[in-house]
Amino acid sequence: MSMEQTLLQKKSLPDKFKKISFLIFGIGLLTVIISFFVDSHRFAFNYNILFSFLVSIALGNMFLFAIEYLAGAVWSTVFRRINEIFISFVPFVMVIGIVVLLEMHSIFHWTYKDVLENDEIVRGKTPYLNETFFIIRFFVYTLVWTLFAYFMRKNSLKQDTTYDQNLTYRNSKLSAFFIPIFAITITFFAIDYLMSTEPHWFSTIFGVYYFSGTVLSALAILTVVSILLHERSYFDKILKPDHFYNLGALLFAFVNFWAYIAFSQFLLIWYANLPEETFWMIHRWENGWEIFSFILIFGHFLIPYFALLSQQAKSNLNRLKIVSIWLLIMHYVDIYWLTMPSGFKQLVFGWIELGFIVFCVGIIMILFYYRYERMKNIIPVGDPKLKRSLEFKL
Amino acid sequence: MENKILYSVSGIFEDVNKLISAVKTVTDSGYTKFDVHSPYPIHGLPQAMKLKPSKLGWVTLVFGLSGALFAFLFMYWVNVIDYPLIVGGKPFYQLPAYVPVMFEVTVLSAAVFTVAWMLFIMFKFPNNSHPLIDTEYMRKVSVDKYGITIQASDPIFDLTRAKEFLQSLGASEVFEIYFRESNVKPKIFDKKFILFLGITSLIVSGVTYFILNHLLFMSPFNWMHEQFRLNPQSKLTFTKPETTNLTPVEGTVARGFLPYPYTDRPDLAEKNLINPLLPTEKTLKVGKEKYLTFCSPCHGNFGHGDSRLKGQFPNPPTLHSDKLRNMKDGGIYHIITVGQNIMPGYASQISSDERWAIVHYIRVLQRAINPKESDLK
Repeated sequence: MSMEQTLLQKKSLPDKFKKISFLIFGIGLLTVIISFFVDSHRFAFNYNILFSFLVSIALGNMFLFAIEYLAGAVWSTVFRRINEIFISFVPFVMVIGIVVLLEMHSIFHWTYKDVLENDEIVRGKTPYLNETFFIIRFFVYTLVWTLFAYFMRKNSLKQDTTYDQNLTYRNSKLSAFFIPIFAITITFFAIDYLMSTEPHWFSTIFGVYYFSGTVLSALAILTVVSILLHERSYFDKILKPDHFYNLGALLFAFVNFWAYIAFSQFLLIWYANLPEETFWMIHRWENGWEIFSFILIFGHFLIPYFALLSQQAKSNLNRLKIVSIWLLIMHYVDIYWLTMPSGFKQLVFGWIELGFIVFCVGIIMILFYYRYERMKNIIPVGDPKLKRSLEFKL
Repeated sequence: MENKILYSVSGIFEDVNKLISAVKTVTDSGYTKFDVHSPYPIHGLPQAMKLKPSKLGWVTLVFGLSGALFAFLFMYWVNVIDYPLIVGGKPFYQLPAYVPVMFEVTVLSAAVFTVAWMLFIMFKFPNNSHPLIDTEYMRKVSVDKYGITIQASDPIFDLTRAKEFLQSLGASEVFEIYFRESNVKPKIFDKKFILFLGITSLIVSGVTYFILNHLLFMSPFNWMHEQFRLNPQSKLTFTKPETTNLTPVEGTVARGFLPYPYTDRPDLAEKNLINPLLPTEKTLKVGKEKYLTFCSPCHGNFGHGDSRLKGQFPNPPTLHSDKLRNMKDGGIYHIITVGQNIMPGYASQISSDERWAIVHYIRVLQRAINPKESDLK
């Protein structure tokens, strides 16, 4: 007990952080509002990307949280509070997502009546792709994710005061239910918000593709936030390089996983060579979009792969920090690459896109600030695995 | 004992944490030639021993990359240089199709060469004359104990001091290990070993023989042989009478094939049949191709009856005889279709249009050998 009381006092974030995050948020918000009046089509597409990215971060952390309980992982217990901060983003992110519903006509052209009349392929998909069902699905996602996020966090936070070991068991059960539901909802989410921007195209691996990016970005944001807090001794230096080594190894694994899935999708489309599938890839290989295809090949796979390859690199905090930020940007670019060419024939990239990135950073910082301040402890002090986690050795 | 040369002083440790702190002390006391043994890899030990990072990772990297390169070059050589084949309408050089193979070969080559390098280069595998081998110390540290070995060649080594030092660190047992007097030869030609090899090979070959010749034909392994489906050319049991092949219904005409009505009447064929094709360049090209494929082996490339068969088959008469030159197109067509003397009919191999095209080509050959007056002007 004494160790916990002396070691694990939570420090609050400096006021400067709050000011900076509000500044970034303000700049982002201003650009976003201006962009709505300048080019509402581009605004809507970018907003969809922003929403999908935020969902990635929140849901990915829920997945990591569930995996920790299911696998009985010990090393990651010290990071779980950071996970939970991002998990608690879920309801806010879904509120942000309502704008996507309002702007549906600018993003999804299957919502137009004249498209439905003239386009037999899109008409055939109306049992799934129609506005009512789309909105229903949005609220189903919101409900399911929010409930899971709420109960997972509730059990975990309650343990801080009650030290009840049953809560760990209860969260394990919850996680076991969550994983299949997560698999289904994230697949449908990817189909709804990313794949249906091009309703003629389909790929059965698409849900897995989005999932790989989701987990990668969740790991990346977990890594970068933990390292930043650790460097400013918010963790009282209780974290060892061995803990970060595991994060680095997982990052490395998921960089490979993403490449594996992305290449699988490409290879099958390329081999089968069916016009109904290839046009999507071809479109991303011309009219300037090929720049982003190349950025993904190098930036999302080759550069982080070689940056994380050696054993020393995975426990080198500076390198982990840079690679994690880089991977977060790459996941944003990945979603951009998935959806943007569906709405625009020629490459579009400019102040609107940058403004949305700033806005996204601002949202994450502000949400992080408030959720962090509401936390009582920075590590789960009541968790029975905590002692082993602190003593974790590779 | 006196004339033996000391190799090392080795201590046994019971506990990992004790071992690591002991290793740290050994390092700090200035010993440089020492080694630690444990039955499993311990993280943090290399740091405690102040070892340089292992170079094995570079071996993996180099062999992994050369595996990828090898796979790429091999596939490129096969698909582009040595035996270009069009597969699925793709170009010969097709990087996406190479990637899975390159990936697998990278993994295989990296893994195999890492292990091989470790065993044969770093551990000097076939060499079994190391003084630690076959000692009580080694037997213990390869099961459930840990050990530190301080070599006698260390510059600050002193037998009694090293022994006391290890004991003070918490070693439960301390051994003195000596070089062998003579190199013990490996006992490969030992009687027992030969017997073991013989028995093993007998068992292995017996089992293999049994599996391949008997087991595979026993139930349930033979289930796949006996399936309730019709094999090609097998007897049909549901027809009357039971036959192997069903003949088409009488009077059936296959698509694209009209029955030939003049089989036994060459005179009528010559009288009634008219060449439906015009002697255009395209037709003549087809005719030439088919003539060279089907006719030229016996009739010769220019129709002189100079066959390439070199007496294996009687030579046919020349196609430039007056009889054939004056024969109408229908007559020649009839001969190609049903055959003549020992020449078989080609109706089943050459389509009707192609036969007419061949007739045109034969006319061209005839006119080239015996040109008309007007051609020579």
